[in-house]
Amino acid sequence: MTQTLTRMPESTWVDVCPLGRLLPDRGVCALVGGTQVAVFRTSGDALYAVSNWDPFGRAPVISRGLVGSVGVEPKVASPLLKHTFSLETGMCFEEPSVALDVYDVRVHDGMVQVSTA
Amino acid sequence: MRTLVVVGHGMVAHHLIETMRDRRLLRRWRVVVFGEEPRRAYDRVALSSLFADLEPADLTLDRDVAATEASGVEIVSGDAVVSIDRDARTVATASGREVAYDAAVLATGSYPFVPPVPGTDLPGVFTYRTVDDVDAMKAWAARPGVDRGAVLGGGLLGLEAAQALLSLGLETAVVEFAPRLMPQQVDEGGGAVLAGLVSALGPTVHTGAATEEIVAGGDGCVASLRLSDGSAVDAGMVVVAAGIRPRDGLARSAGLEIADRGGVVVDAGCTTSDPCVYAIGECAHAAGRTWGLVAPGYRMAEVVADRLAGGDATFAAVELNTKLKLLGVDVASIGSVQSATHPPGAEELTYADPLSGVYKKLVLSADGTRLHGAVLVGDATGYGALCQMLAGTMPVPERPESLILPGGDDGATIGVTSLADEAVICSCHGVTKAMLCTAIDGGAICEIGELKAATKAATGCGGCAPLVADVLHAELDAAGIERTDAMCEHFEHSRQELFDIVRTEGIATFADLLARHGHGRGCEVCRPAVASIFASLGVASHVLDGEHAALQDTNDHFLANIQKDGTYSVVPRIPGGEIAPEKLIVLGEVARDFGLYTKITGGQRVDLFGARVDQLPAIWQRLIDAGFESGHAYAKALRTVKSCVGSTWCRYGVQDSVTLAIDIELRYRGLRAPHKIKGAVAGCTRDCSEAKIKDFGVIATDAGWSLYVCGNGGMVPRVATLFAEDLDRDTLLTYLDRFLMFYVRTADRLERTATWFAKRPGGIEELRRILVDDELGICSQLEAEMERHVDSYRCEWRAALEDPSTAARFVSFVNAPDAVDPEVVFVPERGQIRPARPEERFLSGPTVEVELS
Ligand code: SRM
Ligand SMILES: Cc1cc2nc3c(=O)[nH]c(=O)nc-3n(C[C@H](O)[C@H](O)[C@H](O)COP(=O)(O)OP(=O)(O)OC[C@H]3O[C@@H](n4cnc5c(N)ncnc54)[C@H](O)[C@@H]3O)c2cc1C
Ligand code: SF4
Ligand code: FES
Repeated sequence: MTQTLTRMPESTWVDVCPLGRLLPDRGVCALVGGTQVAVFRTSGDALYAVSNWDPFGRAPVISRGLVGSVGVEPKVASPLLKHTFSLETGMCFEEPSVALDVYDVRVHDGMVQVSTA
Repeated sequence: MRTLVVVGHGMVAHHLIETMRDRRLLRRWRVVVFGEEPRRAYDRVALSSLFADLEPADLTLDRDVAATEASGVEIVSGDAVVSIDRDARTVATASGREVAYDAAVLATGSYPFVPPVPGTDLPGVFTYRTVDDVDAMKAWAARPGVDRGAVLGGGLLGLEAAQALLSLGLETAVVEFAPRLMPQQVDEGGGAVLAGLVSALGPTVHTGAATEEIVAGGDGCVASLRLSDGSAVDAGMVVVAAGIRPRDGLARSAGLEIADRGGVVVDAGCTTSDPCVYAIGECAHAAGRTWGLVAPGYRMAEVVADRLAGGDATFAAVELNTKLKLLGVDVASIGSVQSATHPPGAEELTYADPLSGVYKKLVLSADGTRLHGAVLVGDATGYGALCQMLAGTMPVPERPESLILPGGDDGATIGVTSLADEAVICSCHGVTKAMLCTAIDGGAICEIGELKAATKAATGCGGCAPLVADVLHAELDAAGIERTDAMCEHFEHSRQELFDIVRTEGIATFADLLARHGHGRGCEVCRPAVASIFASLGVASHVLDGEHAALQDTNDHFLANIQKDGTYSVVPRIPGGEIAPEKLIVLGEVARDFGLYTKITGGQRVDLFGARVDQLPAIWQRLIDAGFESGHAYAKALRTVKSCVGSTWCRYGVQDSVTLAIDIELRYRGLRAPHKIKGAVAGCTRDCSEAKIKDFGVIATDAGWSLYVCGNGGMVPRVATLFAEDLDRDTLLTYLDRFLMFYVRTADRLERTATWFAKRPGGIEELRRILVDDELGICSQLEAEMERHVDSYRCEWRAALEDPSTAARFVSFVNAPDAVDPEVVFVPERGQIRPARPEERFLSGPTVEVELS
């Protein structure tokens, strides 16, 4: 577990699911307010959260992509047209001018939480 | 915009068009091409492969007709130019078209020379130049009673024709007027070894023999040849391959200057005696002679393209180096071959081993530092290096004899690193070492296929392919990049190597494989590839078991096909396309109850579209309860085995194709493979189920079943190749077991059987040796692996529904399992749903009730 961010006011964190529900190297989608957030747990046990909307395929599918890496940078590949995005920065590797939104994510009392604030 | 008229659409004309396109000249020139043959330019050099298992379409040079047309080139096939009016600057064609030109290019090639021997006009006498010639030869050879053939001419073309006759199953004789075979390419010693090698392969060889007459039989068709020594050669079919003559007739009647021995005279800029008319390729007399090979023709095309661009490129004499494989025998000839043409003082070094059929000769300067020529028969390794030495771009080794002695230095050890940058590696396309290195750019290109595409090297005659690969490897080594067929940055192995590693080391998890043989975390390329390997080998009992779930792409992960809007489609298996009314009704009911769009697929089954992730388990529960199972439309696996109604109903059917299709589909259902596999069974030769464009196709015969393999429809259609005929059901299944497992073991990722087959040099014969004669001794393993697959098959959807944790994954939102995805918006069309277009999404709101009539 890497990212525990304490500077956020507690109230903006939204529960996603218990950590144990996340398969390593696989994503899930959470509804946070009106926003769809794709949450990933990698095999190194780091957590990442990015927007679920694929700007190329124009559909909410990022959470269903395959997780991998470019060098040391973790990435996800959209299942629609196979664009790949950095999980750390959201940047699209094929089209660097396009990026997914990146959100804060943490584990609190065994519960994965996301903040879109 | 000016107009260029090109007369002839052969290899050289097409190279001109491509060069003009590459040089962006098509913006300035409208190009109209007239070809007399009924098809677009094709690879004439590879014509003989039509006697093996290629189809004319495989040879086409214009792979992207739409792009050619879009670029402003009009190609008219089957319409010959019959006259040129040079004053009016127009050409007229056989069909009556007249086109005005600003410049014209003659690229009319050659015609086969037929010597003035009585009887050449008899039925059964052929020449060998075009696809139509091949068709005519095949048709004649199939006539009853035609079991012997003769070839008039023992040169390059004659030996190709001999090979063709052999492959048509004829006993074959070759008659050559000169005292040896391939008189132009080899010397006396080489010719003797060559004759030995050729006769050992089947054809009888008559050298130093003139044909005095081609004699007809009682039916008026060709029956034999009478030779000058008085002997006779029986032949129900004769191919005249006695040389070629430039097709200069059109130029002659247009009053252009013609050389004494034929050919349209051109200057260094390939311009004829009329400054508006160029001539290129085999019809041209350039740099003092005509050129009967494709490479010099390509150079001329490039010169003309440059001239049309306003440049001043010139054509200069080139070396006519050739390397051929005729009847399986390597023959190469480089530079000066006959002693009469050697420069003064040249020395010959010869090595001959008639027993093993190898002959090699080097022609060197007296001090041994310059190469003037070489002949290689029986073993042509070192050809590429010798060409470089001839051009002076690679040094001749200190002990040149090591180049031809067995176990010596074949030039490879000198290494491409010692090649000069300006060394021409691919002479067909004029690609130098420097051009290759620029493209490779320290590792920007790591794969031979990409390098070929980027530079065109090795896409002509292919003779330079090994050298191109050597340059690539040397450059990658220098850049510290290791393998070229690496799957991705995480594995330096090809799929086949990973398959063997997993199989022999018994690796069962991706993490273990990565730890032992890879780096990093994997990616969307290697994960599904390894998942497929695990599934093919039965390592995972279910594709979603444990860690395997993280390897599957979204289709395999949700056991359904993702659609453009993120919803999924559901395809239950309908084996052989046969479905009972009750089940058809269930499909209708399920579609109605879940509001799914319903369509009959091109694979003879029904697809239900528009399911949200969270609906999939309930949909499948209904389907499984009604007796359906997964159709694996989402997987790289067996898809469908299409059938026709066959002998059960059809008045022409000779076997029960439906039963066999169902049996085959159920046998191989769920078999994961490098790519999808499609099959079909037809009840007679009419082939209503399109078995000949499937990965495997079975067609009923009176005596059993014929098996066709390695075809597909899709992007690059390929007609399947006949593997075996008149099989009984058990033998058919045995061959299919072996074939499919062998493909699963050896193909690259995402390689359909047709692509896999095209890359296997040995063709169908080799496949038969491996899968029928068991040359590699692996058939029993292949069968056992297939047996294991058949025995362990379970429906993935049934298993998924039985496992509560798997079913729980099918939610749109992990923190709101009951919420419906608001982004999924449908609108009605023809009484069903379809995904809303972007502009419709906001108008229609999140849910639309679909009225079903
Ligand atoms: C549904 C269907 C079209 C239809 O409405 O009829 C279809 C739909 C798709 N085809 Fe197909 N193909 C369908 C029959 C075919 C056929 C006809 C056949 O099977 O006889 C062909 C040509 C025959 C062949 O493959 O040899 C065909 C050639 C392709 C190709 C090109 C393959 C190739 O090797 O060139 C692709 C692309 C690929 O696989 O990489 C493709 C890929 C696809 C994909 C998977 C594209 C995608 O990733 O979204 C489509 C989604 C399937 C789905 O269910 O969501 N589909 N596709 C047909 C499903 C058949 C079935 O029951 O399983
Ligand atoms: C079986 C075989 C094997 C060969 N192997 C080799 C080899 O290994 N290496 C090698 O370098 N070369 C080889 N060649 C030779 C090679 O094919 C030729 O050098 C090459 O095709 C020449 O190209 P071209 O465009 O000049 O002529 P072609 O390819 O013959 O094209 C000329 C075209 O013009 C058309 N035409 C003629 N007159 C008219 C008209 N008036 N109007 C419209 N169209 C017209 C013809 O029908 C023809 O289609 C081989 C040839 C054959 C037949
Ligand atoms: S292939 Fe056509 S003709 Fe033959 S049995 Fe099938 S449906 Fe009938
Ligand atoms: S030399 Fe013919 S393809 Fe390169």
